[in-house]
Amino acid sequence: MSNQNQQAVARYQNNFLKEVEDRVEDGDWVKMCMQCGVCAGSCPLGDAWEHTPQKIFMMIRAGKREEVLKSDAMWMCTSCYNCIVRCPRKLPITHIMHGLANYAHRMNLAPQRQPTRVIAKIFWDNLVKTGRVNELKFSLAMYFKDGFSQGIKNAMAMQSAGLGLMKAKRLNPFEIFGGHKCKDSSGIKKMIAKAREIEDRKKGYTPL
Amino acid sequence: MAKKNYAFYPGCSSQKGASGSNFATSIGVMCDKLEIQLNEIPDWNCCGASIGYGEGGELPRLALNARNLALSAQHLPGQDMVSGCPACWLATRETAERLNEHSDLMAETNVALKEAGLTFKGGVKARHIVEVLIEDVGFAGMKAPVVKPLQGMKIAGYVGCQTNRPFGIAGESFENPLYLDKMIETVGAEAVSSFDQKVTCCGGALAFSEPEKSQKQIRDIVESAYDHGAEMIVTPCQLCQANVEIYQAEINKKHGTKLAMPVVYYSQLMSVAYGGTLKQAGLDGHLIQPNRLQEIAGK
Repeated sequence: MSNQNQQAVARYQNNFLKEVEDRVEDGDWVKMCMQCGVCAGSCPLGDAWEHTPQKIFMMIRAGKREEVLKSDAMWMCTSCYNCIVRCPRKLPITHIMHGLANYAHRMNLAPQRQPTRVIAKIFWDNLVKTGRVNELKFSLAMYFKDGFSQGIKNAMAMQSAGLGLMKAKRLNPFEIFGGHKCKDSSGIKKMIAKAREIEDRKKGYTPL
Repeated sequence: MAKKNYAFYPGCSSQKGASGSNFATSIGVMCDKLEIQLNEIPDWNCCGASIGYGEGGELPRLALNARNLALSAQHLPGQDMVSGCPACWLATRETAERLNEHSDLMAETNVALKEAGLTFKGGVKARHIVEVLIEDVGFAGMKAPVVKPLQGMKIAGYVGCQTNRPFGIAGESFENPLYLDKMIETVGAEAVSSFDQKVTCCGGALAFSEPEKSQKQIRDIVESAYDHGAEMIVTPCQLCQANVEIYQAEINKKHGTKLAMPVVYYSQLMSVAYGGTLKQAGLDGHLIQPNRLQEIAGK
């Protein structure tokens, strides 16, 4: 962690629950969990979670800061919202998992090459550029996220799907030259930069 | 009858040449026959989708969606803001509700919005097209324009996640929503009610980052459709459609299966049943050809 990030959380000392309540989106709900486990049993990728949401909530209360934030568990969330609608205490679990993942990312504690972390950043950077997602550039950036030779392999593996989509007019090769964009893409960039600046200032994040 | 007017938020996947462009095509005939006028919000932007949270914090995501809400209020005042994409709808509705409930977030969002020359005061209702169909048109209204009932077709209604959770369609259950089956029957086809993967997640955006795990989900969905005698899957979701259609070939390559289950949108069924051509129904936009639906459209 950088100095600025360390300073921002110094006042929490060993109270990780308080840190999550103050700094993680919807984190103030964590203490409401009654450990029933319905979320853990409802998750489509449940088996892949190093720690289930139920366990994460207890680990937060137990002050297991590093174990939670360095885990790749939250990055297994597919945003299916099963846990939200089933939680008997109405915790917005999906939002809390997104919030923890984003927090771990911004504190630079999340696993560096975690694939969902990587594509989430590619996706965001892609949409910020023009205000709209460029599906071709997004796909290519994803294929090449692990280097050039892996990228060629990935692209070859998905070649027939890519050609099929082009034939079906659902992937436009000319998007590489720009493609769809918002007229006020510069206003959108400034707007997002301002929103980020406000959030960074509030939370004392080190700019990434 | 006067046309019903709505502010329309198409979303990135519905643009020309994008993955859900055939959905965008297919709603043309449907809206026309049902007297629904969709007025595109000028210069709308991406909602951040279900994966934007990783890099975009809460406020940047609120600002993105608030910009669309503000443009809707400014250019199409008094009209409900309607999305065809569940992720767009979810992000927009969540933003509208969060800003309405938290004046501090509303104030901060407006500081950001000012950079794009906009302000938002609330008061826009974010809806999904399916809500418009069920609540404003009704099942009888959806049935009225049917000229080519899809008789004999057995279709698995795959609702997926985000059209169904966390908001869903009013009056429907999260575990077994029935509206899609009813829509299938409204156009004269048979809904495979025993299809048990109706609300299973296809992996969503993790189809890209966790392909093995997502493809296991997709395989379950498609195999259940086969097991219960369906000849086609129908869905209201662009990402469900793309994932479940595109990755069947990958699954076949890896596991030696022979999956080839067509996956279409409810709007394509309606378009064909309302007399739309193959092209008008966007049926020329598939990797796995929905042959029988194409034949009916061609008659």
